[in-house]
Amino acid sequence: MPASALIRKLAALSLLLSAAAPAVAFCGFYVGKADASLFNEASKVVMVRDGDRTTINMLNDYQGDLKEFALVVPVPEVLKKEQVRTPYKALFDRLDAYSAPRLAEYFDPDPCTPRSAEMRMQMAPAAAAIGKAMSRDDSARKLGVTIEAEYTVGSYDIVILGAKESDGLETWLTQSGYRIPQGASKALAPYIRQGMKFFVAKVNLAEQAKSGSNFLSPLAFSFKSEKFMLPIRLGMVNAKGPQDLVVWMLTPKGRVETTNYRTVKLPADIDIPAYIKTDSKQDFAAFYKTMFQTQAAREQYRVVFTEYFWDMSWCDPCAANPLSAQELRNLGVDWIKAEGGDGNTASANSARRAFRGDPDARPVMVTRLHLRYTPETFPEDLMFHETGDRQNYQTRYVLRHAAKVAPNACPAAPAYLAQVNVRKEKEARTLASLTGWDIGQVRNSYGITRREPDGWQRLFNIAP
Amino acid sequence: MKSTIAQRAETLSHQGFHRITVPRTSIHALLGAVAQLKKPLTALDARVFQIAFLATLLTFGVLLRDFSLHWQQMALTFAAGLTAQAWWVRHLALQNIGLLSALITCFGLSILLRADSLWVHPLCAALVMSAKFTLRWRGKHLFNPANLGVIIAISLLPGTWISPGQWGNDLAAAILFIALGSVVTQRARRVDTSWIFLGTFLALVALRLWWIEVPPARVASLVLHQLQNGALLLFTFFMISDPMTTPNHTGARVFHAVTVAVLAWAWQMLLYKPAGPVWALFLLVPLVPLLDHLFAGAKHVWSDASAPVKTDAMLSNPPPLRAELSQN
Repeated sequence: MPASALIRKLAALSLLLSAAAPAVAFCGFYVGKADASLFNEASKVVMVRDGDRTTINMLNDYQGDLKEFALVVPVPEVLKKEQVRTPYKALFDRLDAYSAPRLAEYFDPDPCTPRSAEMRMQMAPAAAAIGKAMSRDDSARKLGVTIEAEYTVGSYDIVILGAKESDGLETWLTQSGYRIPQGASKALAPYIRQGMKFFVAKVNLAEQAKSGSNFLSPLAFSFKSEKFMLPIRLGMVNAKGPQDLVVWMLTPKGRVETTNYRTVKLPADIDIPAYIKTDSKQDFAAFYKTMFQTQAAREQYRVVFTEYFWDMSWCDPCAANPLSAQELRNLGVDWIKAEGGDGNTASANSARRAFRGDPDARPVMVTRLHLRYTPETFPEDLMFHETGDRQNYQTRYVLRHAAKVAPNACPAAPAYLAQVNVRKEKEARTLASLTGWDIGQVRNSYGITRREPDGWQRLFNIAP
Repeated sequence: MKSTIAQRAETLSHQGFHRITVPRTSIHALLGAVAQLKKPLTALDARVFQIAFLATLLTFGVLLRDFSLHWQQMALTFAAGLTAQAWWVRHLALQNIGLLSALITCFGLSILLRADSLWVHPLCAALVMSAKFTLRWRGKHLFNPANLGVIIAISLLPGTWISPGQWGNDLAAAILFIALGSVVTQRARRVDTSWIFLGTFLALVALRLWWIEVPPARVASLVLHQLQNGALLLFTFFMISDPMTTPNHTGARVFHAVTVAVLAWAWQMLLYKPAGPVWALFLLVPLVPLLDHLFAGAKHVWSDASAPVKTDAMLSNPPPLRAELSQN
């Protein structure tokens, strides 16, 4: 296939996949003013952790009016202005593309000309099925709320609040014009008792207008704390049905997993029917979405799935280039050295070069975790730990295209074709079991013709 | 009743053969274990139950819980652990020391420890079996071998970890754990330790939740979430309950269990570090000899008087061979 055609195909596929990315909720909760719909379904977090130093980058797909937007996240300490940043949204997209579930494609060599065996491989990056002014100070003091800090970063006005009582905090937020979801006070209380502060952000419309963008940029903040956790419980206050969260962990030592829930790997490195590449309904995005939902439901929404774990300096096969040293630094990875030049142009091996340049450089390991959770199945906030595990893992699915060969082309052909039929049936069954799709329909789409099973095959449920 | 083979093995030992020939010691022990299996269920060494249960748990974990454990790691663990045990038994010319304890340790390490290489498991197994014979105080080994192995690995060896969340929180699995654990701890007569530890730990968890003003309905579900944690139950019924590394005196044992629970809780809930129970048990090792010194109590003996495989108890002060054998 010529390179340009390949690129076009890949681009088309990745567009399609991005569009199909299901809605995903958040670790803080959104509070909107007036009757703005509190639409809070998709959330992505990049967490950088080295020892007790943590940076949390948050991206959300808030759909409503920007004036109505506000975000409340419990944080372990009072954050100063220099601890808060607004990284480029593109960084999330880059990380998403790099770590996305991937489809690899192989072509069978022609059985009649074994010497010219050629194996080509293509990559399809799957955009991860987933992906005021008032006498406030006095009023605050009376309610036991302390305004610890207040500043503007990027297009956000940020207030860091300390509180003595959850009722006081709720009242203050209400008086300041935020509409608090039902039950917020009860959800806030445990964080107050643990001495945590509240990071409250809303959009500064003037700054937002200057930026010329209709989308909210991500928010990032860094702090030191022994707590390696994400407060997801607050986000459940206004949750309807299961919510999705994708967390990328960037760490120097090894794979990250949760300590208070099971972390499991998705079924991967599996051969699936080749029609997945081109089918209009059962394409790769549909396959991955359905497979994820089937697996999550099978585990009763009680587990955290690992979708990817790799040393960031390389990939094999690459769904997208690794992030450059500068891109990683922008996300808060401060243990690697920046390189010269424009930090936002990604070069395939720049991260690797950064490590090569310095023998003491520590790697950046990326763990991509994906959970679909409900308030009942995830009663506690997520607690993590970094393991010593360095065994790479990726959600990779394989298509094998059979060689086009006539049954009488050569003596090896009939045996090859028989073997292809066995293989196709197996792939069809795998696909049906992973996704819950009807096996008959899968066989149809894959062009499998079946003999009716005879007596003993029926008896033992064996495919002919 | 023992089998003729076991009697034959003992006769050989009696004649002094055990002191010179290596394999005979372990053969003797194995035969002893086999002979035990033929006895009525009630007379079985508690460790035989423990081995059966640990094997069940390991199978359950590997098959249904996505343990990242390779069969090669398990095979090497058992090979290294059993060899180390056999070597020390021979080296110290000990009699009536079987392989049961070593098997338990190997199961424990396989269940708890994870590594991304093949050498970590056997190294730990060999080290902790050796520690059992060398790091001793008044006839008792100081460290619970599986506990020591895990701590050595995660604090000193690269590419290692433990997965406290990996058992999940399924109620059915929790019940299974408690059921299996109770049988083992009751047979080992150390059930008090397990229940006191678990009770204290959960009470502290509940107290903290109440203190941070979590609504009562959620306190219940959060405590239940903790109770259903497989790793906690495994620790409770298969590690802290080990009679050889807990104080002899009943009161002292209660104190020890409470202390471990408090430290484990503080480790997780105040310091926000994972694997509290495992670290607490390790850090409080010095407490056991101290308590044994202060409060006298009978040291645990694994099996009843009629059992052929006696215990590690004789390590420090082996009884006369003839007298020991004449009991059987």
